[in-house]
Amino acid sequence: MTSLPTEITGKKLGLVIDLDTCVGCHACVVNCKEWNTGGYGAPLSDLDAYGADPVGSWLNRIHTFEVTPEDAPAQIVHFPKSCLHCDDAPCVTVCPTGASYKRGEDGIVLVDEEMCIGCGLCAWACPYGAREMDPVENVMKKCTLCVDRIYNDNLPEEDRVPACVRTCPAEARHFGDLGDPNSDVSKLVEERGGMDLMPEQGTRPVNKYLPPRPKTAPAVEPKTTKAKKLDAKGFLGWLDKTLEKL
Amino acid sequence: MHPAISVIFFTVTSGAGFGFLALIGLGVPLPEGGVGAFVAALIAGGLAVAGLISSTFHLGHPERAWRAFSQWQSSWLSREGVCAVITLTLFGFYALSWVFFDNRIGWLGLLISIGSAATVFTTAMIYAQLKTVPNWNTMLTPLCYLLFALASGVLLAASFGYWQESGGLATKLIAVFVVAVAWGAKLLWWQAAGGNTLASRGSSPETATGLGFIGKVRLLEKPHSGENYLTKEMVHQVGRKHANKLRLIALVLGAAIPLGLGLLVLAAGLPLHLLALAFVSLIAGLFVERWLFFAEAKHAVSLYY
Amino acid sequence: MGVHDRELNTSPHVSDEVRKTTCYMCACRCGINVHIRKGEDGQPKVRYIEGNRDHPVNRGVLCAKGSAGIMQHYSPARLNKPMKRVGERGKGEFQEIEWDEALELATQWLSGPRKTDPRKLAFFTGRDQSQSMTGWWAQAYGTPNFAAHGGFCSVNMAAGGIYTFGGAFWEFGSPDWSNTELFMIFGVAEDHDSNPIKLGLAEVKRRGKKIIGVNPVRTGYNAVADEWVGITPGTDGLFILSLIHELLKMGKVDLDYLLRYTNAPYLVIDNPGGADHGLFARDKAGDILVMDRASGKVVKASKKGVKPALQGECKVSRKTTRPVFQILAEKYLSDEYSPENVTEKTGVPVSQIKRIAQELAEAAFEKQIVIKQPWTDMKGEKHDKMIGRPVSFHAMRGISAHSNGFQTCRALHLLQIMLGSIDCPGGFRFKPPYPRPVPAQPKPHGNAVAGKPLAGPPLGMPRGPEDLLLEEDGVTPQRIDRAYSWDAPLSAHGMMHMVISNAHAGDPYHVDVLFMYMANMSWNSSMNSRGVMQMLSDKDENGEYVIPKIIYSDAYNSEMVAYADLVLPDTTYLERHDCISLLDRPICEPDVMADSIRWPVVDPATQGEGRDVRGFQSVLIDLGARLGLPGMVNEDGSPKFKDYADYMANHERKPGVGPLAGWRGNGESHGRGEPNPNQVQTYIDNGGFFEAHVPDEARYYKHANKHWQDWAVEMGLQDGPVENVFNLYHEALAKFQLCADGKMEPQPPETHRERIKTCFAPLPIWYPPFEGEGIDEADYPYHALTQRPAAMYHSWGSQNAWLRQIHGTNPLYVPGKICEAVGLEDGDWAEISSHHGMIKVPVKRMDAVNVNTMWTWNAIGKRSGAWNLDPDAPEAKKGFLLNHLIHELLPPKGDCMRWSNSDPVTGQAAWFDLRVNIRKASDQSGPVEPQFPEQKKSRPAPVNVEYGKEWN
Ligand SMILES: Nc1nc2c(c(=O)[nH]1)N[C@H]1C(S)=C(S)[C@@H](COP(=O)(O)OP(=O)(O)OC[C@H]3O[C@@H](n4cnc5c(=O)[nH]c(N)nc54)[C@H](O)[C@@H]3O)O[C@H]1N2
Ligand SMILES: Nc1nc2c(c(=O)[nH]1)N[C@H]1C(S)=C(S)[C@@H](COP(=O)(O)OP(=O)(O)OC[C@H]3O[C@@H](n4cnc5c(=O)[nH]c(N)nc54)[C@H](O)[C@@H]3O)O[C@H]1N2
Ligand code: SF4
Ligand code: SF4
Ligand code: SF4
Ligand code: SF4
Ligand code: SF4
Ligand SMILES: [Mo]
Repeated sequence: MTSLPTEITGKKLGLVIDLDTCVGCHACVVNCKEWNTGGYGAPLSDLDAYGADPVGSWLNRIHTFEVTPEDAPAQIVHFPKSCLHCDDAPCVTVCPTGASYKRGEDGIVLVDEEMCIGCGLCAWACPYGAREMDPVENVMKKCTLCVDRIYNDNLPEEDRVPACVRTCPAEARHFGDLGDPNSDVSKLVEERGGMDLMPEQGTRPVNKYLPPRPKTAPAVEPKTTKAKKLDAKGFLGWLDKTLEKL
Repeated sequence: MHPAISVIFFTVTSGAGFGFLALIGLGVPLPEGGVGAFVAALIAGGLAVAGLISSTFHLGHPERAWRAFSQWQSSWLSREGVCAVITLTLFGFYALSWVFFDNRIGWLGLLISIGSAATVFTTAMIYAQLKTVPNWNTMLTPLCYLLFALASGVLLAASFGYWQESGGLATKLIAVFVVAVAWGAKLLWWQAAGGNTLASRGSSPETATGLGFIGKVRLLEKPHSGENYLTKEMVHQVGRKHANKLRLIALVLGAAIPLGLGLLVLAAGLPLHLLALAFVSLIAGLFVERWLFFAEAKHAVSLYY
Repeated sequence: MGVHDRELNTSPHVSDEVRKTTCYMCACRCGINVHIRKGEDGQPKVRYIEGNRDHPVNRGVLCAKGSAGIMQHYSPARLNKPMKRVGERGKGEFQEIEWDEALELATQWLSGPRKTDPRKLAFFTGRDQSQSMTGWWAQAYGTPNFAAHGGFCSVNMAAGGIYTFGGAFWEFGSPDWSNTELFMIFGVAEDHDSNPIKLGLAEVKRRGKKIIGVNPVRTGYNAVADEWVGITPGTDGLFILSLIHELLKMGKVDLDYLLRYTNAPYLVIDNPGGADHGLFARDKAGDILVMDRASGKVVKASKKGVKPALQGECKVSRKTTRPVFQILAEKYLSDEYSPENVTEKTGVPVSQIKRIAQELAEAAFEKQIVIKQPWTDMKGEKHDKMIGRPVSFHAMRGISAHSNGFQTCRALHLLQIMLGSIDCPGGFRFKPPYPRPVPAQPKPHGNAVAGKPLAGPPLGMPRGPEDLLLEEDGVTPQRIDRAYSWDAPLSAHGMMHMVISNAHAGDPYHVDVLFMYMANMSWNSSMNSRGVMQMLSDKDENGEYVIPKIIYSDAYNSEMVAYADLVLPDTTYLERHDCISLLDRPICEPDVMADSIRWPVVDPATQGEGRDVRGFQSVLIDLGARLGLPGMVNEDGSPKFKDYADYMANHERKPGVGPLAGWRGNGESHGRGEPNPNQVQTYIDNGGFFEAHVPDEARYYKHANKHWQDWAVEMGLQDGPVENVFNLYHEALAKFQLCADGKMEPQPPETHRERIKTCFAPLPIWYPPFEGEGIDEADYPYHALTQRPAAMYHSWGSQNAWLRQIHGTNPLYVPGKICEAVGLEDGDWAEISSHHGMIKVPVKRMDAVNVNTMWTWNAIGKRSGAWNLDPDAPEAKKGFLLNHLIHELLPPKGDCMRWSNSDPVTGQAAWFDLRVNIRKASDQSGPVEPQFPEQKKSRPAPVNVEYGKEWN
């Protein structure tokens, strides 16, 4: 079963993350922790929580990169990262126990924590650092795409989306079926040129990233207009004319 | 990668164990039976088992280790478990008949040799399969693992001193020769490792973030100010200078000393038992080599940190 | 391997009950749904907190802090019982006592000053969200020495705006996110409107409109901005006035708007040396005069149908007068403000200034939007549409936390007004109850009398020099913080950052009791934290503490707790009643008037072993009753209110108007109405908040909109129509200049005259920040700033097991150029020095920042042992405060004066004037310096946290 699913529906649930609007606020990070620590599988625990070296497990983290173009000032990009629910998920095939699996029905990659022996091999196989061994429970944790929310009859319809998506104040996280070319997320990816991370790794991620829009560099010159610039005298003349019209 | 002692111990000792098993299976001259056979069998099996046991120490849930046999179709780790257990079981029977009936069952031995090779191979493939660690991701990795297993096995076998009778100097030279070959392979591996980088696979912070189209990418802030599982496990790095020193130590302990001892023993016609020292030195060298195997390996995740 | 490969329950039970209240992980006050679920001990526990989709503030989203509420509520640093100090101040050695003893002690301490000299009580309430109640309490007690954190926070923003046009950024208004064509954001990292701003930015992005960020640091909002102006700190005023210069040159000014809504045509007397120089020309009746551009005659500004001139010159009773706009145009058209002349000081390229001015003009005038919505203005003129100039601005502490911040804020508002973009579609929009110009605001009240309440609220907005709070001598401040004195005449929010320093120096006098609430004054909240810690523990010659008694209410074991003599443990925000009132800092959005409550969604008694805490507001009401303060006791002397909840429903500020606007009277009437005993429950039943939608015809032009005025009166926001003429030119400021010139009473002391003459310019100006002037550039060539991390709230997030993992340490981010100059690499330790001190900190290189500016995250550093963290916690060893470099006083000028490091107009603490130098530390190992003796933990903290284990 830790072979990738052979029967699939073609449904590919995933996230589209907009690097143009992510302000790096960590709301998705903490809300994810808060939802999941009381939810799917073991809690997301925190080792030495109030001590000198606190380490907890998290399913989603925000990196901050500085990107320096040739000809413009350096810019900052806030970069959220959670499991990309890859089509060719190496984390699944390496698993010796079958704990790590990809669902045929919607493509979500999960860990069955009851079966997990905590060998950590799947985390080694993941190029994206999307899996973390829980420091107290010693089982492998990863983004579940909130599988316990998106189909949850105990939640109102509108809340059946991942916690991180529901909470993101900057609309930088979108959830949907990337297997359906007509879904909103697929269209978004189409319009904005959504990207894969490390395509060369051959993991074929389902999650896509929308690139930042181009910035205006300080040096860009103003338009040259015919309108002649007014000095103090000219200005008062203009004033007269304009006031006439009022 | 983080060099976990349990894993280093596991790969080195079980390697030696299965190397020895393979030779036993091939029927290399050893005590006919009784105590001598028992000791040989114990050392071979013991090393292999000890290695396997220590490998479970780095598991979060060792009590569930049995589950690891289920995925042999897809998982090298699972296959390794399966091969190891089958081989050791077969060896159990082999040892019984050897120790008590002075009978080394040839066909069974052959299976054991194949099984041992397979076990070492699958162990190596656990690492060699990982695209995320280009250093490891080469067939040279299983080659080294196999040759080191063989070399340790040969030194062990030879040190029982039964090679005097059978064969001439040629056969004896093998013992020394294999060690040289193994390290030759490792030198190739190190050679290749220099080229098997993330960059050589086309991975960089730019591709990891997809931001290369804007410019040079550099991490400004880690996601969290402290360490996390990923940084502890996968972003461990040793300095070049440090690494080179350790490589030298590995070569001295693992190659120079065993070879020297070996040649001395042969040339001076000293008792082969002295090769036990060579074996110990080799193992010591391999511990250092294995530590570097992990510590020097750069994981794709490091591109994000 | 079928499609349904595994058994998995995708509909697990989430929670037993959802309780809706208001978040208080920060001051944004979002609506939250608190999911409650039974814990192991059978007691209700918080399972999950999410944003309330119906709430006007956050519309369902929740930030990192809000999402970490669970860890705040269950923090091991929570205080559980009243405590009496047993060790020396600062050590953190306490003895737990019962509430009765605590309240008696407090009453005893507080009754003394009330009988003799109420000023001897200094009552300062930090991050208070109940200022309408705490201020009322102070007034009833009779002390003028009351304020919350506004003075060190962003009073420049509030005052600069309210004095100019009756509104402000901060929480008083917001951009018209859904209509704006171009949005410019100055000096903002997070702001109080944490979620609304992010929601707004997202909307502007979705609409594909341009965002320009003006900020020395390019993180957060400035990272997503489409253009970045990496300005030199403290020079925004110059940059803005240069934009105005360019707009005037292009003739891109909304004259119609200026004529309708501003004092642009008012005639200003030009009579240098005269007692009326710079004042408006008035007729006998005292009405302001303008010149009619048709007839050239001088007439009342209020005259119907007058077409006033904006230029020229005319005589009024033999004195030369000129319209405000004439003076303005001449001033800003001068080369002093040309891009070429400001580029060096501001660090903004000429091309960028000119282009941005163009883009502003284009958006405002070429992309004008028209909303087909008839409305009537206050003059009765009917309009068939609402015209929008869709450029909008927002700004916060980046421009206000400087000693020139008041004038810079004025300049920015001037820019908005010249573009005609205040409260119009696509522009800046007022949030109810604003607009509320100065005449509609209370004045400050002082003149304390033993045993009597003050005549009015302690805080307010002075109309002019006549409203200062000075002793008979016209010089000595009445207030302990020297607010409303010549130091800072318009210090509308008080000057909390000066209280401890002044009380310690006995300048203007000493106090008996320092009563504080929710302010970590011995740490991140103070400038010169180390000095303040000393002042709090200093003793006089008789071995008495210089500040004799300190009462403090906190919910957690903060650094400040250690300095209190009596600690009143507050509840967490999930355990108490609270009231986010329209009488206070409201939570309205431009289209909705709203207020909200907090209520005990969990009962403290069920929230942990021996937990015995009380909501501070309830405690304050109790103390008020014990002291017999007017309004808090009945005739027979019995307490008037059971607790804060009782007060929220039954207190009336004026007949029919109380703390809560919704469901008054029989529950049908809103805004005005009899108290409703079921009001609080009704709020709970309605999700914890009340909202009323602004009528369509009242949505824009509120400052001049008849429909708005009528509605505001109906809703109890104001008692009658409020005239609101935007002050391009501010006459009150001219009056202060006349005082300084010796032409008007009262007169400032010699020492203050010069700076009042320059800084009180009636038209916005720029002058260099004071600290930079007080030091030698060569000694301290660089600027150093702090920023709010989105995932941390000041000091109080560090006790949070989740948030502290995100920000457990803070490096100083140093521009690459400087790193290379002084040989620093990532992870190195450096010594940063200012005129006041030196700190040792870890550094990190950064290039996306102004080349002369280094910065760090605010309030991450902690005192060892504080917040019940491990004494070796990263916060204490690798985290630091910039505050140790910032002095509450300016560099000495040799005049033996204690010049506060604040804006000379409003008293705003000038945090960002800081100038520093940097060098590689000789010892390249930690910890950060300075280090302080360990603070005693109030109780041990658990090792690991596995929250929610019982449920999965
Ligand atoms: N260097 C530098 N320093 C700054 C600033 C800066 O920009 N740079 N900013 C300044 C500004 S604007 C401000 S507003 C201040 C903020 O600084 P403070 O006003 O000190 O704010 P906090 O540190 O968040 O919290 C103050 C206290 O409130 C307590 N508290 C939290 N919740 C509760 C509660 O429910 N009840 C009670 N009774 N107490 C509670 C906390 O434990 C803490 O001790 O910092 C100022 N200091
Ligand atoms: N997450 C979170 N939110 C908070 C708070 C918190 O602690 N955490 N605190 C709350 C409080 S009390 C307040 S007062 C508000 C403050 O909200 P902000 O006004 O956002 O306060 P700061 O974080 O001090 O941000 C000041 C910004 O101005 C920039 N800056 C400094 N000097 C200059 C200058 O001269 N010119 C320009 N253009 N920019 C400059 C700094 O780089 C920084 O980005 O935030 C509130 N919201
Ligand atoms: S919540 Fe949204 S904006 Fe904030 S960090 Fe996550 S993705 Fe970015
Ligand atoms: S991101 Fe990593 S963990 Fe997630 S599916 Fe891809 S490889 Fe597996
Ligand atoms: S850690 Fe668990 S999930 Fe990951 S490979 Fe090992 S057994 Fe499978
Ligand atoms: S989808 Fe759910 S589990 Fe995955 S990151 Fe978002 S919140 Fe966390
Ligand atoms: S911004 Fe965050 S912390 Fe502040 S009130 Fe809203 S949710 Fe709570
Ligand atoms: Mo503030």
